[in-house]
Amino acid sequence: MNEIREITTPLTDEIIQSLSCGEMVYITGKVYTARDLAHGRIMVMLDAGEAMPFEFTGNIVFYAGPSPAPPGKCCGSIGPTTAGRMDLHSPTLIAHGLKAMMGKGLRADPVRAAIRAHGGIYFAAIGGVAALMSKSIKSVEIVAFEDLGTEAVRLLEVEKFPAIVAIDSRGCCIYDR
Amino acid sequence: MREIFVSDIAAKVAELCVRACVEVSPEIRRLMQAARPLDAGLGGQVLEKMLLNQEIAKSERMPICQDTGMVVVFVRIGQDVRIVGGSLDEAITDGVRMGYDKGFLRKSVVEDPIRRVNTGDNAPAIIHYEIVPGDGFHITVSPKGFGSENMSRLVMLVPADGIEGIKNFVLETVIKAHSNACPPIIVGVGIGGSFELSAIMAKKALLRKLGEAHPDPFWAEVEAELLVKINETNIGPAGLGGRLTAMAVHINTYATHIAGLPLAVNLGCHVNRHEEGEL
Repeated sequence: MNEIREITTPLTDEIIQSLSCGEMVYITGKVYTARDLAHGRIMVMLDAGEAMPFEFTGNIVFYAGPSPAPPGKCCGSIGPTTAGRMDLHSPTLIAHGLKAMMGKGLRADPVRAAIRAHGGIYFAAIGGVAALMSKSIKSVEIVAFEDLGTEAVRLLEVEKFPAIVAIDSRGCCIYDR
Repeated sequence: MREIFVSDIAAKVAELCVRACVEVSPEIRRLMQAARPLDAGLGGQVLEKMLLNQEIAKSERMPICQDTGMVVVFVRIGQDVRIVGGSLDEAITDGVRMGYDKGFLRKSVVEDPIRRVNTGDNAPAIIHYEIVPGDGFHITVSPKGFGSENMSRLVMLVPADGIEGIKNFVLETVIKAHSNACPPIIVGVGIGGSFELSAIMAKKALLRKLGEAHPDPFWAEVEAELLVKINETNIGPAGLGGRLTAMAVHINTYATHIAGLPLAVNLGCHVNRHEEGEL
């Protein structure tokens, strides 16, 4: 088997375009968590013309809500939630500059079309290997919506976080194969 | 009349919640270990990560999956038991609160389905009681993750749909769920009874010991056939392709009405958290 490629954020267009569906990668750098309720709030803020809680360009949004960090650890168990629940909002966020998403499972056709149109990417992380994945998290900081508990937006510093390119910038999807 | 104290019940529930979230059943582990060498592709690599994750979770007492679920509790109470010291419902709820606090488990429950404010302590639980003869007290705790719960389905088939209608719906449910349910999954099926009983039977089917077949050879054969068909879909571990899409199909049945054929399919992810205990 070939050496697994390591990519580092910020993800440039060049990096995104060089990745192909089905390829396994290790991600190092900054990742922002946002799931159901955070997406709802971000959409309201977009409508109101407010500033986003984090910069979209170059960053990865990870659909995840970690378990609480036990003493002596920076992060509890963490892993992807079903990406499909964010399908309603993703095309709008992609149109506003979000290029990279990470979650679990299939995406709706409009999301795939938006990824293709804007040269984005969707990574699939493995669901339910969350104690193992927590080892790749080096720091966690809440950056928005703290009242949402596990659904708050968190900035994660990740190191060699394993993921698979599920939809590449050309719209090719691993689940089609 | 045997007396059981609510404080003992709460402590037992707390203990079971934590154990269910950090330890996978030995049957799941054995099945994955056996399947691993048969799969050289991505699916096999995923199984390897799942096995490694189980070891880390158990030794470090960390949740196997960050989604530590909403707690479904099945209580079987002997009719000769008296609960003392407070309310049984509250004891179970307190047990959930304690387990989720002390075990550093995720609080994943919102108070209202539309207004969605997190309750902050993973309460309330969903509690099913069954009164049985004797003085036993048996409790099963199933912290149910919603990746797989969301992909579950219920249909009121008609008698003419028959066994083929059942098989098609179960298979279709698994295919639609694809990677969202976190395969390799356990497929719980409830057939017969009424609208609500079929769903409860499907949920209970997920609690059956892996590898045990339905006692009726007719239904045991349907379970076996469905398992083969599901594993021919090549959805595979994490939906990335491979031979192990489901680890088991468990069917529960009950008498039903002359006009009806209720069918519920409840999917359990590859962790399929549940633990039981006696008091």
